[in-house]
Parts: sequence; C-alpha cells; structure tokens
Amino acid sequence: MSALPTVESMSMLLPFTILAPLVAMLLIVFLPKEETKTIKIVSAMGMLVSLVLSLYAFLTYQWAEGGMQFTLTIPWVPDLGVNLALGVDGLSLPMLLLTNLIGFASIYASWNIDKRVKEFFILLLILIAGVMGTFIARDLFIFFLFYEIVVIPIYIMVVIWGSTKRVTKEYAAMKLTIYLLIGSAFLLVGMVALYLAAGANGNPTFMFDQLAARQDLYSPAFQKVAFALMIIGFGSLISMFPFHSWSPDGYAGAPTAVSMIHAGVLKKIGGYGLIRLGIFVLPVGAKFWAPYIATLAVVSVLYAAFIALAQKDLKYVVGYSSVSHMGYVIIAIAALNPTAVTGAVGMMFAHGVMAALFFSMIGFIYEKSHTRNIADLGGLAHQMPRLAIGFVIAGMASLGLPGTVNFITEFTIFMGVINVFPVHAVLGIAGIIFTAVYILRTIANVLFGPRRSEWDHLTDIRGPELVPLVLFGFVIFFAGIFPNVLLGMIDTGVTSSGLAKVLETVSQAKMGGLF
Amino acid sequence: MVEFNFATVLTPEIAIAVLSLILLAIGLLIPAGARKGMMPLTVFSLLGVLGYTLYDFFYGQEAAFLGGMYMHDQFAVYFKVLFLAAALLVVLSSGGYVQKLPKHRGEFYALLLAATLGMMLMAGAGELITIYVGLELMTISFYILVAYLADDARSSEAGIKYLVLGATSSAILLYGISLIYGLTGSTQLVEVAGRLGGELTPASLLATVFLLAGLGFKISLVPFHLWGPDIYEGAPTPVTAFLAIASKAAAFAVLIRVYLLTMNSQAFSATGQTLLLVLAAITMIVGNLIAIPQTNLKRLLAYSSIAQAGYLMVGIIAESTAGIKGVLFYAMIYVFANMGAFAVATLIDEKQGSSEIKDLAGLWRRSPLATVVMTASLLSLAGIPPLAGFVGKFYLFSAAMDQGYVAIAYIGFVMSMISVYYYLSVVKVMFLAEGEGLPDVPVHGAIKFTMVFTMLITIAIGLYPTPLAQMAIAAAQSLF
Repeated sequence: MSALPTVESMSMLLPFTILAPLVAMLLIVFLPKEETKTIKIVSAMGMLVSLVLSLYAFLTYQWAEGGMQFTLTIPWVPDLGVNLALGVDGLSLPMLLLTNLIGFASIYASWNIDKRVKEFFILLLILIAGVMGTFIARDLFIFFLFYEIVVIPIYIMVVIWGSTKRVTKEYAAMKLTIYLLIGSAFLLVGMVALYLAAGANGNPTFMFDQLAARQDLYSPAFQKVAFALMIIGFGSLISMFPFHSWSPDGYAGAPTAVSMIHAGVLKKIGGYGLIRLGIFVLPVGAKFWAPYIATLAVVSVLYAAFIALAQKDLKYVVGYSSVSHMGYVIIAIAALNPTAVTGAVGMMFAHGVMAALFFSMIGFIYEKSHTRNIADLGGLAHQMPRLAIGFVIAGMASLGLPGTVNFITEFTIFMGVINVFPVHAVLGIAGIIFTAVYILRTIANVLFGPRRSEWDHLTDIRGPELVPLVLFGFVIFFAGIFPNVLLGMIDTGVTSSGLAKVLETVSQAKMGGLF
Repeated sequence: MVEFNFATVLTPEIAIAVLSLILLAIGLLIPAGARKGMMPLTVFSLLGVLGYTLYDFFYGQEAAFLGGMYMHDQFAVYFKVLFLAAALLVVLSSGGYVQKLPKHRGEFYALLLAATLGMMLMAGAGELITIYVGLELMTISFYILVAYLADDARSSEAGIKYLVLGATSSAILLYGISLIYGLTGSTQLVEVAGRLGGELTPASLLATVFLLAGLGFKISLVPFHLWGPDIYEGAPTPVTAFLAIASKAAAFAVLIRVYLLTMNSQAFSATGQTLLLVLAAITMIVGNLIAIPQTNLKRLLAYSSIAQAGYLMVGIIAESTAGIKGVLFYAMIYVFANMGAFAVATLIDEKQGSSEIKDLAGLWRRSPLATVVMTASLLSLAGIPPLAGFVGKFYLFSAAMDQGYVAIAYIGFVMSMISVYYYLSVVKVMFLAEGEGLPDVPVHGAIKFTMVFTMLITIAIGLYPTPLAQMAIAAAQSLF
C-alpha cells in the first residue's frame, strides 16, 4: 500500500464544472439586488456552462477503458491523508449529468421568484455546487464535506421562500435539517471508524479505491457495525422507511427549486453512497444486512404508496411517491448483484428527472393558482395545455410506462432482484399497481374533467418556464428509447469497479462459515 | 535546553507588562478628551508582540527558567500566539464600545493586557505556584473587567458573582496544590510526577480532584459551569468574548500540562480517565441541551462555549499527540469563530443596547455583512463544513476513537449535530424576521475588519487546514 496518490493527473474539466456555478454566485454577490433579471441570467449562464461541460464528459467518457476518468488528485491535508481527488466513472457520471440537468432547469423553474432574488440564487448555486461535489469526489472526506455544505442553504431557503401548508415551513425546514444531520452523525462515526481501520498499518487514506482495496483490514464484525452506521446515515438521506418522515414534509415546505434538487439528486447521494461505500468497501457487512434492508425497502415501497393514495396536497403525493420509488433503489442495492446495481443507478437517474419535472410542474400550478389542494383543482388542461403535457409525461414516467426511461430501469431492477429476493420482488412489483392508481387519479382530478371558470385567468407556461418541460421531457423519452446510452455507461462503471469480484469474495466468505 | 535568558524566554511577557503599565500611565496623564489614540496604540503594540511571538514559534529555541519553573517550548508559545490574537481581535472589535464607556477607558485596555499577561504565564508555567500566580493575575483582572459598567446593575452583579465563585474555586485549587506539596515536597510538575508514583492514596486522589475542580471552574466544565451564563450575560460584551475565548484556552493549557505531566501516573490514569470521560460527556450534553431554550445571545454563546469545552476535553482524554494536536487546533479556530460571533454581538449591543436574540431580527436587511459573519461563525462552532469547526472536531473525535473511546466520540458527533438546532434558530431570526422598526446597523472601521478577517480565517482554515495543523502538531510534539 505504498501508493499514496501524488499529482499524477490533472484534468481540469471537473474543477471547471463545479466552479462555474460558484463563479456565477460570486458575480451575483457583487450585483445590486434590484437587477433581478441580470441575476437570473447570470445564474442560468453559470449552470449552462456546467451542463455543457458535464455533457462533454458524458459523451467523451471512454467506455472501453472504464474506471475513473477526468481525474485530478492533489494532496490536501497530508497529516490526515485527505486528497482533493476528483474523477467520474460510470456510476457517478450519470449522477453528475443529472445534477446539472436539474440544476439548470431549477433556475428556470424559479424564474418568477420576486422575493429576495439575489439571496435566493446565491443559495441555490451553492446548493447545486455542493451536490455536484459529492458525485465527483473520489475521497470520502471531500465527499462528506460537500454533502454537509448543502444542508444549511436548504434550511435557509425553506425558511424564507417555502410555503406553509399542513405543517409550518419552519417546522418542515428544521425537521429536514435535523434528520439529515443526525443521520450524518452516524455516518461520521462510521467514516472515522473506517478511516482508522484502513489506516491501521500506517498510510491513512480516505480515497474510495484505497478504502476498498484494504478490505482485508476490516474484520466481519467491524464491517457489520460500520455498515449499520452507514445504512442509518445514507438510509435517512434516501428516505428509507423508517427514516423517511422528513421527506414529504420537507418537500411540501420547500420552494420548487429546492424540492426539485432535493428529490431529484440530493437524496440520490444516499443511494450512491450506499453503493460506493457500502457495497464496494464493506461487502461483508452489506451481505449481512441485505435481507433486512430488502424488507425495509419493500415496506417503503408499499407503505409510502398507500399513504400517497390518501394525500390531498399535490406535493405530498409526489413526496410520498418518491419515498416509494426510492424503495426500489434500496431493494436493488440489497440484491447485491451487478444487474440490480446497474438498475439502481439507472433508477436514480430516471427518478431524478421524473421527480424534478413533477415538482416543477406542481410549482407552476401553485405559483399561478395559489393552491396545491387536489380537490380545489380540476380541468386545468383546458387553460394550460402545455403544463398538462409536462404533468402527464411526469406521471407516465412515474408509473413506469414503456418508452420512458423509468420503465427500462425498473425492469432492470426486477431482473436483478427476482433471483435473490423473489417474494420481495413480487411484492415490489405489486407496488407499481398502487403507483398507477394514485398517479392516474391525481392526473384525472387535476388536469381533466369539465372546464372550471374560476381558473380561466391562469396563463399557460411559456418562455423560460418551458425549459424544465422540454429538457426533462426530452431526456425521459430519449433515454427510454435508447437506454444503452445510460445503462451501458452505468454498466461500464459496475464492471470496471470489479463489483462481480467483490461479490464473489463475499459468497466465499459465506462458504467459510462466517455467518 | 538552553538556560534562562531574557531574550529567549520572556520577551513577549515583558513587552505586554510594559505596555499595560504605559496604558495605565497614559490614562492618568493625558486629558480625557485626547485618549482616542489608545486603541490604535494597543492594537499596533499587540500586533508587534504577536509578530515576534510567531517568529519565536518557528525559530525560537526551547528553553527553561530555573530548571523547569517556567517553560519556553512550542506548546507555550502556541498558546501565547492564541492569547495575543484573541486580545488583538477583542481590542479591534471593542473600539466603538469602549468609546461609549463613561470613564476609565484607558484602564480597560490596561486590564485586558494584564489578563493576557496572566494567561501567558499560565501557558508557560511548569510549576504549580507560577500557575497559580498567572491564574490569579488573569482572574483578578477579569473581576474588574466584568464589573466595568459600574452603572449597570447586571454588570456589577456579575462582577460580585464572579468574585465570590472565582475566589472559592481558587481556594479549592490552592488546597489541591498544598496537598500535592505536602505529599511530594515539590511544586515543580516534573518532580511531582516523579514522586507521586504509581500509587493512588486517598490524599493524592483528593489533591488531583481538587486541582481538576479548580481548573474545571475556569473551563466551565459541568458541574462547575453554573457561574458561566450569568456572568457572560452581565459582563460588557467584549469582556465576555475575552472571557469565553482566552481564559478558557489558558485553563486548557494548564490542564494539558498538569494532566499529562503529573496526574498521568499509572494509578490515576484509570480512575481519572473515567472521571474525565464522564465530565466531558455531561458537559457536551448539558451545554448543548440547555443552550436550546436560551433567548439571550450572550447566554446562548455561554452555553455553547460550555459545550465546546466538552469537545476539547475529548481531545485531552485521548491522551496522545493526535489528541493534543486536536485540542490546540480546535482552540485556535474556536478563537476566530467565537470572535466573529462576539464582534457581531458587540456591534448590536453598541447600536441597540441589547443582546436578546429577537433583536437580531431582520439583520440580513439591516446589515448583510454582520449576518453573513454571524452565520459563518455559528456554523463553524456547530462543525458544518467547509468551515474550520468541522476539521477541528474531526481531529478531536478521530483522536479519541483511535484510542478506543468510541462512545465519547459518538456523543460528540451527535451533540454537535444537535447544536445545529440552536445555532440555526439564531440564523433563522436574522434571515426570516423582518425586524420592523429596528435601526440600520452600519459596520465600519476596525470592527468591520475584525468581522471580515475572522470569517475569512474560518473559511480558509476549513478549506485548507494544513498550515495550522502543522503548527499544532509541532506544539503538541514539544510537550511529549
């Protein structure tokens, strides 16, 4: 283990990707706060640069080589062994692209904000940069640093620009923050324990690949405990039952852009962390907890779907549906095989796009009609046909209609899970039926039915407001029709990471009678 | 080890003593109207001494005075840098506040420097009586400073309370010292350690517990913390800042030296370790939980500083170079984070005459800079990255876990996440509330510099902790 990485590679692509929104943020700091139009345009430009750079990375990534590419490694805190190590592989690149798609669209979804515009976009850009950072970090310390950066802007944004419905926005914001922070306290303990165990023979390191390479230093008992800490931390983040209750309240209280980013990408950090840290680094622990996690995941799927059936507020419907969908991701991770893991990452991408589209459409409805109560709405397709299109696309993607990317990924997940947990898989598939019920009912009640004259004054979405619809609609169908663009990429990540070999070790360990 | 000479050992101390006396003389000799120059004089003199001390840290020689009575090692010099930096920032941020004092402005700075001198003596002392002298110099200066607002009943009350309780704790400390002298026939830490031996007699246990109680009072360890909030609330805000930051660090310097050199004999280790573990745990828990319902900013910061003392104790418990490094690192960033918060508190106190949290309402509109500085400071205290507090806590808790104290590190992590709750409640008031009818709070001059400087340091150390970490390692290694 002599190979403490030195400055061997210097691709500046990823630093520029993450710096673009931060530079835009700094520009905004020095703009006068009355110049709201300029502020919005600067934000959009910053995110456009990021989006283009991440698209470039996505398109030029060498599939044949696999592994981490566009890497940058700089020793950062030598006495701790922290490296400022950036890089993307097939697992993180789709998440990076997703972050930028949603970040870009969320600027446009917030186009009509008129209260304290300057502060809003400053915080939004910090939030996006933080999320981006977690996905391009190759070092656990840097990963964690970026992850915690995002918590505070979210709190402030929910408190100032959020909306008070069933619970007050102050309550929602604090609940969200405390859940995530307490979760991260568990994570921190696990992370320090892992770091100390990996550095037991000297050469302390936080690098993901080094941590994974030193598996022989972690005893099975240690792996079980460490993985348990990780599952509590990442489980709260990905809103796994029973740590999910922050999620619907938080989304309902949050402004549209925060809901989009939170449901779209932030909670995926949980799934991503479970794969990157849970499976790759602590496979024995993962194997031990997998059956329990799978059960909790199925409970997530079904329980949240049932609750979504009973919701009256649009945002709560989507909030609970996202808890339910994350159940699929968790069960796929618990299945511990390459197919399921590919499906899990694909699902995270697909759900991110869908949830962001859903929340942006709901945001426009709320902005124009000042209500999200399903019973008050109806027949909106008459007045707002374009919005209705977006809403229906999101709904269809949500229930996994073939032709959308969501269908492909759900299918992959069940392919991977059915051999490992047949009962769970069947129960999980049954969850899709309930999803169809609440989604279709919501669409019917909100969009269709007779024209209601009280909504005649509503204007359809137009101009910048169309950006989320066009962008996400395109991605949903494009990736649905050419799934290999996405799944092939993820597959290179799963293959080159040596997951198959890791899982083989685990099954050998099982034969060795460790359990 | 070089034997004693002024140039190697005592230059900063002598400079501060002389400066303090000069300020006292100026206060007497120069007419009241012409004393505006006192603050710049103090600032630039402190800056000079701080510069010399920094040079001393990197290039100075290790030396000892009278065979270990007064130590000049990197550990002591590190703490001197810390005290001088804290004093400098307090003086910078208190310019406007002191101008509003009705009288005795010159003596304010003189006393502040006397307290600083006491702290520097404490950091360097290698012998119990010298420690006691330094401690008393610091404490007696603080008795006066706390009661400085003679017309304000709360300030006077705080002064009396601090006097009574401080005297009691000094008595306990002195009793502990006398017991140790009785047992070993020496007050020099190195000799005491040798003669105390591995056996734990009732008398030696009593002595070490008394010593711990006396120092625990200064650190405001639970259960010796009850004086803290009342006195923090009543004292003039710059004094509160200095009390919360520097006096606590000074007591930690002594505690580390005494604990590692003396009490760390085999027999005490087992019992004492358990005692410290329990004290650190309840300090973190009580400090953080009682901070939650506070409505006064200074009281909130008082309880938060109790909790912070608990985190620092975790590093001492680890009893390793890494742990001491954590304590040193954290103590330094604690200065900057707390100074940012207290600079804002001083400003609000000066402009609005109040330190209730609700009077921060709408501060984002009235003074965006102060809001941002306060937010960054509080989040650094809470340990949210990328601010310095996160790295500091990481050093502390990972050192404890490395020595096998997982439970205490776990309590530390969870409690610091809970602390986010009350820090965020302050942030919420600043950002959310409109603050109708409250005045604009312009920030100018020295206090603006203090705010921006502390915030930049907090962010810079959080992003790139290596230089400070290396200083802390060097200082910690000089001790072992």
